[in-house]
Amino acid sequence: MAETSRREGLTEAVELLRPVLRPTPLVLAATVVFLAVGSALSTIFAQQTVAGLAQGAVYASLALALVLIYRATEVINFAQGEMAMACVYVAYQLIQWGLSYWEAFCVTLVVAFLLGIAIQLAVIRPVQHKSVIAVVIVTVGLFILIDGLVTWKWSADIKFMPSPFGTKVYDAGGVAFARQDIGTLVVVIVSVIFLWVLFQFSKLGLGMRAAALRPASAALVGVRVDRMLAIGWGLASVLGAVAGLMAEPAQFVLQPSLMQPILLYAFAAAVLGGLESPVGAVVGGLALGVFLNLVGQYVHFITSELRLPFAFAVLLGVLLVKPAGLFGRARLRRV
Amino acid sequence: MRAHLTGLAMAAAAALVLALLPFQLSGYHQALAAEVGIYFCAVLGLNILTGYTGQISIGHGAFMAIGGYTTAVMSRDHHTNLVVTMLMAFAICFVFGLIVGLPALRLSGVYLALATFALAVSVPQLPLKFSTFLGGSGGVQSAQTVSHTWLYGASWTAAAILFVGAWLILRGRTGRAFRALRDSDVAATSSGIELAVYKTLAFGISAAYAGVAGSLFVLGTNGFAQPTEFGITLSLLLLVGAAVAGLGSLWGVLVGATFVGLLPTISSDVPLIGSTHGQDVVFGAIVVLVMLLLPQGFAGFLGRVARLRARG
Repeated sequence: MAETSRREGLTEAVELLRPVLRPTPLVLAATVVFLAVGSALSTIFAQQTVAGLAQGAVYASLALALVLIYRATEVINFAQGEMAMACVYVAYQLIQWGLSYWEAFCVTLVVAFLLGIAIQLAVIRPVQHKSVIAVVIVTVGLFILIDGLVTWKWSADIKFMPSPFGTKVYDAGGVAFARQDIGTLVVVIVSVIFLWVLFQFSKLGLGMRAAALRPASAALVGVRVDRMLAIGWGLASVLGAVAGLMAEPAQFVLQPSLMQPILLYAFAAAVLGGLESPVGAVVGGLALGVFLNLVGQYVHFITSELRLPFAFAVLLGVLLVKPAGLFGRARLRRV
Repeated sequence: MRAHLTGLAMAAAAALVLALLPFQLSGYHQALAAEVGIYFCAVLGLNILTGYTGQISIGHGAFMAIGGYTTAVMSRDHHTNLVVTMLMAFAICFVFGLIVGLPALRLSGVYLALATFALAVSVPQLPLKFSTFLGGSGGVQSAQTVSHTWLYGASWTAAAILFVGAWLILRGRTGRAFRALRDSDVAATSSGIELAVYKTLAFGISAAYAGVAGSLFVLGTNGFAQPTEFGITLSLLLLVGAAVAGLGSLWGVLVGATFVGLLPTISSDVPLIGSTHGQDVVFGAIVVLVMLLLPQGFAGFLGRVARLRARG
């Protein structure tokens, strides 16, 4: 009798621990511990970690934009970065016209939302149900088109934009935190939380989730699937614009190629997290930002020129070893 | 049989025109025509991969870069005969294509697009890192330069050989295997087609074609290989060419290559779209329009016209 209950107690304990014992949470926990210990031991490590988190936040934001669209339509928007870049130029123009940075920021997000919806309606919807290749080529066309339009309007010359956070540096226990980095993190986290609340607690969010997961059933119960997909593109475009607006002050200059490297990092981040998982995109972005920074600091062979190829290696490695990423579910295909 | 003869006659006529053309053209126009030939080789390679086996690549600029640097470095270090460097570019890129094709076996659709995009962005970074061997941002200057006529002859000879090669590969057993894999890899595998072999082979052939194009491309820029020349834009342009040509059409490639190669020059006198970014606007708009209105590209368009006329 006592034997059985002890055994039951043991099984219960194992059952309780099961969610924690899965590889992904373990890896993440180990990473967090590693970063915390490293930061406590070395100020350079801590500085690189914080800077990496800020850069990672930008990747996360753009990766989340990609994931939103991928979840809804299984399409990767190769023009996502260029759309974001165009929005940064809109903000630049608004500031030139005399708006303050944050006024311009808000107006730009509205413009980004409308831009996303317009692109979905005009060029994506007609090819949506055709082959993957067709949609990819359309977004590649958009990439070139937007790049050309922006250069046409604003020229490829380097532009300068005021940073919203200034260049102040805080000192905490010998570790320097740039206000810029903290500000970037806060803005991205706020927008991610806003998006999460929208998806989780509003009727619109429910409709969008339904349209993404089960389009046919959603349509049957009265969800306007087409409208939901368009709004999804709008929201993705807003997230991209946030990423762009936060990336620009970190690089100090504005030029049309602003988002091209960031797009690759965002791809790697999204794949690392699992292309279908919003949580994965955010975690993947932050992890990639920190990882690239630490590797750049401590592995001398990986200089700044190798940052992009290294991100490519991460992307390829994840695709080959664990295609579902950290948070995605392996997909079974019925033949 | 009659269609066969018509095709042969058209190809012969095209070859004759191309062979006689240099006598009518100035040096400048020969260089332009050579550029079309170079794009022809690259777009042809991409079309074999994307059009015939359904594997998308946004990274063919990377293979052009490898081919181009092969030529420039061999010429710089060993003064190798340029034709030999082109053959080397073909061989090296074939191997690189196989290497890229192996992981590509496990990727399809958007995942392959992502990986090849990343490849195209990454490869131009490598000369910056290994600057003693690959020249850094300044690039590699090959020891020999070529005349416009030489370039014209070389690029169209290469184009003709590669075209015939592609035609021979695609009309036979291999081509059928490629198309079967494109239409349904499950059905193809169950009919005994070795998926891994043919998909990797397609990547190798396609990359080798792009390598030759890259080699010629470098010769066209006065033998100067530079990382910025092989940026992501080049890869995107090749995809534009393949889309305009019509995926899965061999002779449509001529139209696609002409479009990509000549638009920048033709439009340079036109107001508004005359500048580089203006051309980008046109390129981008045309790609989107082609995919929306003529998903089979120019070849599909002509096919449709022919069918309408036949119906009468």
